[in-house]
Amino acid sequence: MSSAPPPAIELHNVTKRFATPGAEPYTALRDLDLTVAPGEFCAVVGPTGCGKSTTLTLVAGLERPSEGTVRVHGAPVGGITRGVGFMFQSDAILPWKTVLDNVSAGPRFRGTPKRDAVTSARDWIRRVGLAGFEDRYPHQLSGGMRKRVALAQNLINEPRILLMDEPFSALDVQTRAIMSNELLTLWELTRPAVVFVTHDLEEAIALADKVVVLTAGPAATVKATYRIDLPRPRTVQEIRFEPDFVGLYQQIWQALGTEVDIAYASETAPAESRAA
Amino acid sequence: MTATVETPIATSTVTRRSSLRRHKTLVHLTQAAVLIVVLGGWQLWVGDDSRKIILYGEPSGIVNRLRTWITVGTAIGSLGSQILVTLEEAVIGFFIGTALGIVFGLALGRIPFLAEVFGPFIKVLNSIPRIVLGSVFVLAFGLGLESKVLLVIVLVFFGVFFNAFQGAREVDRNFVANAAILGASKWQVTRQVVLPSAFTWIIASLHVAFGFALIGAIVGEFIGGLEGLGVLIKTAQGTFDANGVWAAMVLMAVVALVAEFLITALEKRLLRWRPPQLAGPDI
Repeated sequence: MSSAPPPAIELHNVTKRFATPGAEPYTALRDLDLTVAPGEFCAVVGPTGCGKSTTLTLVAGLERPSEGTVRVHGAPVGGITRGVGFMFQSDAILPWKTVLDNVSAGPRFRGTPKRDAVTSARDWIRRVGLAGFEDRYPHQLSGGMRKRVALAQNLINEPRILLMDEPFSALDVQTRAIMSNELLTLWELTRPAVVFVTHDLEEAIALADKVVVLTAGPAATVKATYRIDLPRPRTVQEIRFEPDFVGLYQQIWQALGTEVDIAYASETAPAESRAA
Repeated sequence: MTATVETPIATSTVTRRSSLRRHKTLVHLTQAAVLIVVLGGWQLWVGDDSRKIILYGEPSGIVNRLRTWITVGTAIGSLGSQILVTLEEAVIGFFIGTALGIVFGLALGRIPFLAEVFGPFIKVLNSIPRIVLGSVFVLAFGLGLESKVLLVIVLVFFGVFFNAFQGAREVDRNFVANAAILGASKWQVTRQVVLPSAFTWIIASLHVAFGFALIGAIVGEFIGGLEGLGVLIKTAQGTFDANGVWAAMVLMAVVALVAEFLITALEKRLLRWRPPQLAGPDI
């Protein structure tokens, strides 16, 4: 029993409150439990403002939980978690660094000699399909290409955990499908545990081993967890026509749809009316 | 097929280019006309009236004065050494003031505790008319280089400081978080994320800062100095030589333009990662 490796990510009874100016503190998450096994691809879906992103910042160590524990590979999180990659919703690659400098930044920060960092960066740039663009600045690239840079920038550090906060939400539908496929291919290479936050259920089922549905915020928690047993390797555009996919979609949507309705109602009606 | 498509495109590029050239010529001709009208009007208005020449100067007199200064020298020594003295004061003070402004601005922008402690002091210092400090510096440090450099530093510092401070605080939080997760230390974040990001702000302040540096050097020489363009102006004023005052101003304008050119070149070099700026004429 003791020889079994600890889960990659373990959130236990986590509550997160944010101080708001003047008013009561805002409770984003309450009593949230979430476990992700090493190498597991976990998608987190939920209505807008349900604290999906907060969950990621807790795992990355950018925020501390108000209550409960966050463990990564068995060790409690304090400070920025080591061995974690984070893809932000907006562009977070540095606009004043070229593609090559952006991708090699991680190893350089960690003290790898420049020559080795550059060699490995060129390798990853090629792997994400950006060979020939090493000397470009981010503003010279398309949205999809910037996402590729961000992906390479994270994967070069060979993270054991990859956190993704709606990384492809700003892309058009076709680019998004292509990026999703590439993500799966690259994920197979190093097999980090992934937490992929999205509000697109189709994307979640197509990518993940496990889909976690959160309740509507504030004070969101896990509503239900679904195992996705679709075969791999998958092609994102095609898998949605599988009968199993359709069945899972209907099943999960029943849970998610209710929460979306609640979130929508709370946005349009005063908070008191749904407190009961 | 290709030929029929390419020909009209090629001609349209040629027409666009030649119309662009014509537009530029028009702009330059208009600029020349404005100069001729202003300077010619001035020259005609002053005419042969010697009283007006003494009080207001005249363009031809200014040109003559410049020629004498260059060939013969000025009342207080060669023209070159006057320019060099003023430049030396301005440039040394500019670099020290800029460096201090960047260091303090980033430090206070990054460390809230420092900002809380030193914020009020800096506000008070900024609110006094710092040019008056020139008298203090001349009294304390004499008529030489030090008093002018100090005056330049206090004039340059605040503009750069406030921009660096604001720049350091307006860094995109995602950039900082991303760099930290990738493994950057606090110092690496400051050096590779905060500083480049703040540079757009800092560079903007440098244009104004060099203007202040020249003002500081000249006023410092006014208040108490032995050589330099400020002393040249003061001497000209004391001898009712309006042409001399104007001539010194022409020289300062040239110095300022050269400096502006260098700062713009630096800006282009340091900010080459930015997308091209919006179209429209530069000033």
